[in-house]
Amino acid sequence: MGRRLNLMEKKVEYTTIELMACAASKVLEDKKSVLVGTGLPIIAAALAQRTHAPNLFIVFEAGGMGPQIPMVPISVGDSRTFYRAVMASSMDYVMSTAQMGHIDYGFLGAAQIDKYGNINTTAIGSYEKPTVRLPGSGGANDVGSLCWRTIILMQQDTRRFVERVDFITTPGHLSGPGAREKAGLPAGTGPYRVITQLGIMGFDEKTKRMTLLSVHPGITVDQVKANTGFELIVPDKVTVTEPPTKKELDKLRKEIDPAGMVLRRK
Amino acid sequence: MDILEEGKGELLAWRDPDEHRRWVLENKSRSLEDKRMSLKEAVAKFVQDGDYIAMGGFGHIRVSMAAIYEIIRQRKRNLVMAGKTAVHDFDVLVASGCVNKVEVAYCFGHELRGLSPASRRAVENGQLKVAAEISNAGFQWRFKAAAMGLPFIPTRVMLGTDTFKRSSAKVVKDPFSDKPVCLLPACYPDVVFMHVHRCDKYGNSQIDGIIIEDFELARAARRLIITTEEVIDGERIRKEPWKTVIPFYLVDAVFKVPYGSHPGNMPYLYYSDEEHMAEWLKLSKTDDGVKQYFEKYVYSVETFEEYLNLVGGEKKLRYLKRLEELKAPLKAPWAEG
Repeated sequence: MGRRLNLMEKKVEYTTIELMACAASKVLEDKKSVLVGTGLPIIAAALAQRTHAPNLFIVFEAGGMGPQIPMVPISVGDSRTFYRAVMASSMDYVMSTAQMGHIDYGFLGAAQIDKYGNINTTAIGSYEKPTVRLPGSGGANDVGSLCWRTIILMQQDTRRFVERVDFITTPGHLSGPGAREKAGLPAGTGPYRVITQLGIMGFDEKTKRMTLLSVHPGITVDQVKANTGFELIVPDKVTVTEPPTKKELDKLRKEIDPAGMVLRRK
Repeated sequence: MDILEEGKGELLAWRDPDEHRRWVLENKSRSLEDKRMSLKEAVAKFVQDGDYIAMGGFGHIRVSMAAIYEIIRQRKRNLVMAGKTAVHDFDVLVASGCVNKVEVAYCFGHELRGLSPASRRAVENGQLKVAAEISNAGFQWRFKAAAMGLPFIPTRVMLGTDTFKRSSAKVVKDPFSDKPVCLLPACYPDVVFMHVHRCDKYGNSQIDGIIIEDFELARAARRLIITTEEVIDGERIRKEPWKTVIPFYLVDAVFKVPYGSHPGNMPYLYYSDEEHMAEWLKLSKTDDGVKQYFEKYVYSVETFEEYLNLVGGEKKLRYLKRLEELKAPLKAPWAEG
C-alpha cells in the first residue's frame, strides 16, 4: 500500500535555494542553541523550528533570545527576532553568552571561502582598492569565533571557493590544525558544515581541510569538484542529500517567506 | 603585558579615561532639568563638523531617522561614523555628503534587501574613507569599555583574522591564562542620537524590546540626544524605575517625534516601510536619483510631520502599525527586482 502511494505521488519541484534552506535546517538539532546571521540562515533556522526542532533555541545578535519566528525578519534586529521570545536582551548579553560557551551553532552566509573554512565578507580584490566592497564582518567574526560549531550557507563556484580568500573576515580553521587555539580563539570551536547549491561539506578531523559529505540529488561529485577552486577531500563514500518534502516547502513558501524576499528573489 | 600584534586601523574616538572624567565633570549636569528642545536646535548645538557620531538602534530598527534628516538638512560635513550595523542611516548620510569616513562593522548593505548602491559607489570611488574594520561585538565592547570608564576591554573576538589586522585593537598575552587576548580600545563618540519609546522631560528613557547596544552606547557618548515617540510624566518613571534604561544625567536634549524611526521599524509600534525603502534603493542607483530623493523628502520639508505626509500620511502609518502586529501582509517591492 505504502509503495503504491509513493508511485502515485507527484514529483515535488523545488528551487536550489529551497533545497539549501531544507538541507541547512536538517543540520540543526532540537534542544540546541543557534546564533543566526542575516538572510538564508534565518529561513533555515525558522524551518527547523517548525519541523524537527521545535525546541531549537534561536538567538539573534541584536538581543532576541528564543523567539517563535512568525515570518522571516528583514534584519537580525527587527521585531520578528524577539516575537514571543523568552528574552529581549542586548548585543552585549548575546555576544557574552556566546563567549561563555552557551551557543552550540553559529549560522552564517559568505561571499568567499577557502579550504580551511576561512570566510570573506569584507572586500573582493585588494582591500585598499576593492572591486566590490562588501558589508564587512557585522556579527560574523563574533559568531565564527565564539560558537562551538559554525555552519556556512553559500553559493559554490570557483570564484567563491578559492585557494586563498581576499580577506579573512571571519576565522575558519585559519592555517590548519591548532591554529585557532594558537591565535587565542576559544578551544574546540570552528567551521563544521558548508552547505551550497551542490552539496554538503564538512572538515577532516586531522587536517581541518574541507571534505565532501553529500551531493544534492542530480549532482555529481565531479560537478562539485569542478566548482571548487582548491583541492577538496572526497572520501570513498559520498551520500546523496535528502530532497525537500512537500511539507517543508509549504512551510517555507506559505509561512516563513510568503513575500518571497529570499526564496523568490530576482 | 607583551603586545603580540597590533591592528593597522586608525584609532578613533578613544580618550584617556582621566581626560574624559574631567570633561564629564565640567560638561555634564547632575540636576533634573527640562531638556526639551527642537531637533533643529539640538543638531545645531551638539553636532560639529568633523565629529565622530553613532546612532542608537540597529540597522533600520529604532534608529532616529528624524535626527538623520535634520543633520542632512543642516548640511553637516566631514562627520566620521560608527558603522555598527549601519544600514539606512549610514547610506543616506554618506549619499548626502555628511559622512566621509567610517569605522566598519557592517555597512554598504541593507541586510535582506541587498547591497547599498549609494554608499558602495562612494567607497569604491574613494569619496568615503574606511578608517578601520571591526566586528559587531567589537563595537559593542568598545562602547562597554567607555561605559565602564576604562581605556580598553579584553575579548576573544577578531583573533587570527584580517578584520583584526585592519582594526585599532591589539593582541597581548593574558597574564592570567597565558593565552592571546584581543584588547579593544574604548570608544567615546562625540555625539549619539537614540530613538526611544518614551521618556520624561529630563531624559529618563524607557525602551520596549531589545536594547541592542544602547545601554553601553548611551554611557559612552559625550553628547546624547534622545528622540522619543512619547514624552511622559516624571511620576510614571518613578513608579516603574526598573524600566529606565537611560537615566537623565546622560542626556543633553529631548525631542518628541512620533514615527521618528520611519522608514525603519519601531518594535511594538510600527514595522519598516519597505515600499519607501524600495524607492530609495531604486533612486540611489544614480547621483541624480539621490538628489531627487533628498530634494523631495529632506530639503523641501521643515518638519518630520511634513515628511510623514509625503511618504503616505495616516493611511501608510496605519498600515505599518498593522504590519507590525502581523495583521497585514508585507509588501517588499525590492524583492521583485
